Amino acid sequence: MQDNKEVQSEFKPKILAFCCNWCAYAGADLAGVSRFQMPTDVRVIRVMCSGRVPPELIIRALANGLDGVMVLGCHPGECHYSDGNYLTRRRVHILKRLLSYIGIEPERLQLRWVSASEGAKFAAVVKEATDKLTALGPNRWVDKK
Amino acid sequence: MAAPRIGVFVCHCGTNIGGIVNVPEVVEYAKTLPYVAHAEANLYTCSEEGISSIKHGIKEYDLNRVVVASCTPRTHQPLFRNACADAGLNPYLFEFVNIREQCSWIHMQNRREATEKAKELVKMGVAKARWLDAQEKFESEVYPAAMVIGGGVAGMSAALNLANQGFEVHLVEKEPQLGGRLPKLNRIFTINKDPSELVGSMVKAVEGHSKIRLHMPAVVKAASGYIGNFDVSVDGGGKEVSFKTGVIIVATGAQVLKPKLYRYGELANVLTQFDLEQRLKDGGPGEFQNVVMINCVGSRIPERPYCSRVCCMTAIKNAALMKEINPEAKVYVLYRDLMTYGVEFEEYYRKSKEVGVRFIRYTPSKPPQVIGTEKVESVKVYDELMGMELELPCDLMVLATPLIPNDDNEELSKMLKVTIGDGGFFLEAHIKLRPVEFSMDGIYVGGTCRWPADIRESIAQGYAAASEAAIPLRQGLVEVEAITAIVDPKICQGCGICALVCPFDAIELKESEIRGLEGKVVSEVNTALCKGCGLCTAACPNGAVQQRGFTDMQLMSMVNALSGKR
Repeated sequence: MQDNKEVQSEFKPKILAFCCNWCAYAGADLAGVSRFQMPTDVRVIRVMCSGRVPPELIIRALANGLDGVMVLGCHPGECHYSDGNYLTRRRVHILKRLLSYIGIEPERLQLRWVSASEGAKFAAVVKEATDKLTALGPNRWVDKK
Repeated sequence: MAAPRIGVFVCHCGTNIGGIVNVPEVVEYAKTLPYVAHAEANLYTCSEEGISSIKHGIKEYDLNRVVVASCTPRTHQPLFRNACADAGLNPYLFEFVNIREQCSWIHMQNRREATEKAKELVKMGVAKARWLDAQEKFESEVYPAAMVIGGGVAGMSAALNLANQGFEVHLVEKEPQLGGRLPKLNRIFTINKDPSELVGSMVKAVEGHSKIRLHMPAVVKAASGYIGNFDVSVDGGGKEVSFKTGVIIVATGAQVLKPKLYRYGELANVLTQFDLEQRLKDGGPGEFQNVVMINCVGSRIPERPYCSRVCCMTAIKNAALMKEINPEAKVYVLYRDLMTYGVEFEEYYRKSKEVGVRFIRYTPSKPPQVIGTEKVESVKVYDELMGMELELPCDLMVLATPLIPNDDNEELSKMLKVTIGDGGFFLEAHIKLRPVEFSMDGIYVGGTCRWPADIRESIAQGYAAASEAAIPLRQGLVEVEAITAIVDPKICQGCGICALVCPFDAIELKESEIRGLEGKVVSEVNTALCKGCGLCTAACPNGAVQQRGFTDMQLMSMVNALSGKR
């Protein structure tokens, strides 16, 4: 039991975040400019719109053993391309059910809205995801298979 | 195409990156990555030296892909792309890796992990770079009109500047009159003139200008589009007007803080400097013998750490004016530090001392105390320079409070997708190099909505924003990033899902005219309408539609690089 706890506390999740260029990526930049400190476990891929992120990329990331995938876009109603984030919202909703069906914890996929002015929120979202995924433990899906 | 030869340039950014991330280690790591032919560190990759080392590297090592690991693509991407183009490499064979905003600056306490993260980010960038393709740029037309939001001195200066250059300008002001805060002031510092002289001629010029269309009182309700092509709708008291504009200038100003300090709002003889100005303008401050002014009220504190720039000069101006009205009066200015930079401001300060204004330095740890129940009767202050406490009789107390951001900044920033900083003021693209532009192309900023500024600075910023905005207006064409979608008609099955999700109606199903595919119904992208969001690419079940610069292969290779699979 003791051992187990130690392993848990040392576990650092590996997280991929897709950030849309206009809101979330700008928010991440603002977090940097503001020097908001945050956990080091998230790696960002910039896309122009969160709606560019297809299920294949998310599933591949998780199937390859990443512990979590975040999709970060503009708030509803604020998409630079008018409604790309609505497609993202539907897609993530359905994909979570699919993940659950194939045996990947749906919590490993997280959708959050971060605007260009929300540097502090970006930092908070990163921290929240890191905490959640640390608590959830390593992605064992590959082993299970 | 020749086998990829990737060059990786890792920037120290002085100590911004190099002080946290072990840059030499990242460089050595980059050299081990597939297809990397050369890797080096630069002190500043964006400097002249850094740029020439990219150009040199392309030639020396026969590079056909360039990766720069430094700051954010949102500011320096065009610079590095141009460097590639100068060296004869297609600018789209360049990939940006952000190891400053999204690494060194946010992991300052953890150098080891920051370095590991930087290495992984570089690995992902290199993986994507391997799949980059050369692209031809595309140009889009600029609608030759500007919108200026805010009719204060900054906004009016910008509007007049553009209108005098012959461009149509929509000026949107939410108040029923032009001029912003200025007409409410009594005198302007250093020249001691009535601001209406200054603002009056400007307002007249704006109102009478054939090229300026005034929307007043009105607020911007919605804005969409991109540089050269914004669609705006403005609400003027229930009447909505829509128009097109090529550029937008934000000059919405600021407001004066009403403090919850020194019993302001409770005691009748406590005013802000702004209140005093209005009182002086409306016929005078009444009887007074002892005036105590306090500076830095609500500014330069943890909650609001900035210096508001104009308050020291305002206090000096009004203190001297009170002595002028009543030479017998005692006028004290309690300050923390006096900001009277430059020749004229220092001279103005000296003159105020000559007419008898007394300056007493206090410290924030021992702030002045208000004595009195019905009204202020005296002020106790610890004089830091003399090292003793003084009690100053007082029948009029005046607080210098800072300019603070407007309440609707947040709403406007979301609508235009421009950044606001920590304190709520708008944030320019680069603190030093791009002071009047947002990182969002085609939108510019000036005046006190960006930061407290005096009249001269606001006008200068208005002009600066206008001259930046005039560049695309004058050129008539802007280069559109080659990130639009393309269809492979051989793979496309004509299902039309891409056309369904496209927000811009840029995709049509058509019978192909390509040899060998004649008559096959396939999707066709209208590049002039495509905005490069990539929704179609994500939606296509066959991978037939690809967003250039963000193809399935490029993104998938980044995912695989991160997750350890090739």
